[in-house]
Amino acid sequence: MTDEKTQVQDVNRAFYDFRYEDRDSYRIDGLTKEIVQQISEEKNDPEWMREFRLKSLEIFNQTAMPDWGPSIEGLDMDHIATYVRPNAQRMNTRWEDVPDDIRNTFDRLGIPKAERASLAGVGAQYDSEVVYHNIREDVAKLGVVYTDIESALHGEYGDMIHEHFMKLVPPTDHKFAALHGAVWSGGSFVYVPRGVSVEIPLQSYFRLNAAGAGQFEHTLIIVEEGAYLHFIEGCSAPKYNVANLHAGCVELFVAKNATLRYSTIENWSKNMYNLNTKRARVEEGGKVEWISGSFGSHVSYLYPMSVLNGKGARSEFTGVTFAGKGQNLDTGCKVVHNAPDTSSYVNTRSISKDGGISTFRSAVVVNPKAENSKSAVSCQSLMVDDVSRSDTIPAMDVRTSQADIGHEARIGRISDEAVFYLMSRGVSEEEARALIVSGFAENVSKELPLEYAVEMNNLIRIEMKGAIG
Amino acid sequence: MANSLLSVSGLRAAAEEKEILRGVDLEIGEGETHVLMGPNGAGKSTLAGALMGDPRYTILGGEVSFKGENLLEKSVSQRAGAGLFLSFQNPVEVPGISLENFIRTAIEQGKGEKLRPWVFHKEVKETLAALSMDESYGERDLNVGFSGGEKKKAEILQMLLLKPSLAILDETDSGLDVDAVRTVSRGVEEFRKNEKASLLIITHNAAILSALKVDRVHVLVSGRIVKEGGPELIEEISRDGFSRFEVNEG
Ligand SMILES: Nc1ncnc2c1ncn2[C@@H]1O[C@H](COP(=O)(O)OP(=O)(O)OP(=O)(O)O)[C@@H](O)[C@H]1O
Ligand SMILES: [Mg+2]
Repeated sequence: MTDEKTQVQDVNRAFYDFRYEDRDSYRIDGLTKEIVQQISEEKNDPEWMREFRLKSLEIFNQTAMPDWGPSIEGLDMDHIATYVRPNAQRMNTRWEDVPDDIRNTFDRLGIPKAERASLAGVGAQYDSEVVYHNIREDVAKLGVVYTDIESALHGEYGDMIHEHFMKLVPPTDHKFAALHGAVWSGGSFVYVPRGVSVEIPLQSYFRLNAAGAGQFEHTLIIVEEGAYLHFIEGCSAPKYNVANLHAGCVELFVAKNATLRYSTIENWSKNMYNLNTKRARVEEGGKVEWISGSFGSHVSYLYPMSVLNGKGARSEFTGVTFAGKGQNLDTGCKVVHNAPDTSSYVNTRSISKDGGISTFRSAVVVNPKAENSKSAVSCQSLMVDDVSRSDTIPAMDVRTSQADIGHEARIGRISDEAVFYLMSRGVSEEEARALIVSGFAENVSKELPLEYAVEMNNLIRIEMKGAIG
Repeated sequence: MANSLLSVSGLRAAAEEKEILRGVDLEIGEGETHVLMGPNGAGKSTLAGALMGDPRYTILGGEVSFKGENLLEKSVSQRAGAGLFLSFQNPVEVPGISLENFIRTAIEQGKGEKLRPWVFHKEVKETLAALSMDESYGERDLNVGFSGGEKKKAEILQMLLLKPSLAILDETDSGLDVDAVRTVSRGVEEFRKNEKASLLIITHNAAILSALKVDRVHVLVSGRIVKEGGPELIEEISRDGFSRFEVNEG
């Protein structure tokens, strides 16, 4: 038997939990002005970025912790490593050049294999640094840029990044956006020129390996007029007994008549505080499609937001959240309709099990100019047992009379009748329940490329295993 | 008599604390076709469910052996694995899993081995065609949005693909139009082509039985078998109803 991931249904959580001992990695703990300056130096930031970091730190210090969601008391910023440089050369474009233990980590997660099979480009981040980035030559020839954001900052796209960086998610947005602005490290920059359609997805994989560390990657994607891109983001981490923090930031700029599909399969370990911020701005006739599978983390605050700024802009959000034992996952999405004829569609499923808490929050804002806009929100929850909790908290703020807004919520349990029916055909009780749960989450899996759908179903199986009793 | 396949003796079962089966005896041999009739509420579905292991029913007493083994101590999936099948009176809708994938998963789990997808797909296609069902039903979510008749056909489809030793059909013919009854009958005949396959058909309607060679008829009233006989009993019941079998409560 090999350790490598295969398409065969592998139900071993150890698959994500393995880790190689850290050797010689360089690490900065805590959060002070000196530390932020030190990170900035490490990064060789341009002057504006150094100032931006320091300003963000000030905002961080002045901003209160969120007081409305799951508890984040277990998170002690003084003991979180704000920067961890893996024992690797900064960035490699050849897989062979990535150091062995890091390469083995990604090999076991199936990353380079996926690249060969079905991706147009791959980025891999290990702790605070991007260790690998590559894009297929034919795609690069079309003018598509896919690189780590730090080298891009110093290259020909430097001005473009300056113009867009944390403009959608300003550091004043909330405390962890400010933290991100201060200590961000790694992440991807993607640029798709006008009219270019990238037929196969680009993928970026984040691995947080160091105990008690934070990961603060920044993803900036610009899709120009009439262009198309599917970007896939994967995350995982081995389990530790100390708190880890993920406070990444994703900013997506979707130009006129462009389409961007952003898919995430997040499988952080159960000691992770996932306080991530994602936002898209969509211009006239453009469209953003969020596909989101949230499985891991101890606590999540995650609400991707679409700002529909141009006439006829559209947003679709399809998500599934699975909260198991010890997990409190607060997820959802937000849409702001700022222009006429815009539309948004939200379809989410949340699953809770073994005392897990899954809360779905949505906020739809329809501003006065957004006449003839439409919004449909549908969320369903499934509680696998009696000790788990699921809530939905929808909010609507509609400021025009000419809008068509709908909301539907359903909460259910696994029916004994359905389990009996499936078992009567010969599947075990565990399999019957897993089938019902993965069927419930099919809204997301059917939107994912096959191998990711398989991975997601594996994650559901891992979570469902031992559900009986 | 053929080799015994199912042997039920003195079976008593309750739902919600209410005793419904009050001592049922039933013998089915290998390769035989049996019919179970009885008035509404007599306990026919309860008997079918109790045999399959429906958790809503509590077994109060009696014994059931299937292929010489104690059926009652097996889990539902083990009963299926042993070759028992139940065509449900009201099949459940399960969103997010396709009919074909589900049957494949069930067969693979039962056998503990992988099927070759394209070989299996072909078999599904042929079976769908034999049941006058459009190919697309294989891809549709299990029973979701199926009409009453389509659900019944999908049950027969599963029976034909799973190839059990004993299939219990709980009113698979009710609610079907004339053509569909014929289609389902054809499916049942197809199933009977395997000489060892046995059937227990629960029905209120003689039509589905006309093309089948029935070996034995059992009449269930108020949770007990009150009469057994040959196929001639079907006609008798069609003519006279169940009133002459009614027993005094108590
Ligand atoms: N889960 C249950 N809870 C409570 N009562 C039940 C339950 N299942 C069956 N019963 C009762 O048991 C009796 C027998 O029901 P059953 O469904 O077995 O009848 P049946 O012979 O199949 O009738 P029909 O011909 O109408 O299908 C009925 O009085 C019914 O109401
Ligand atoms: Mg019945």
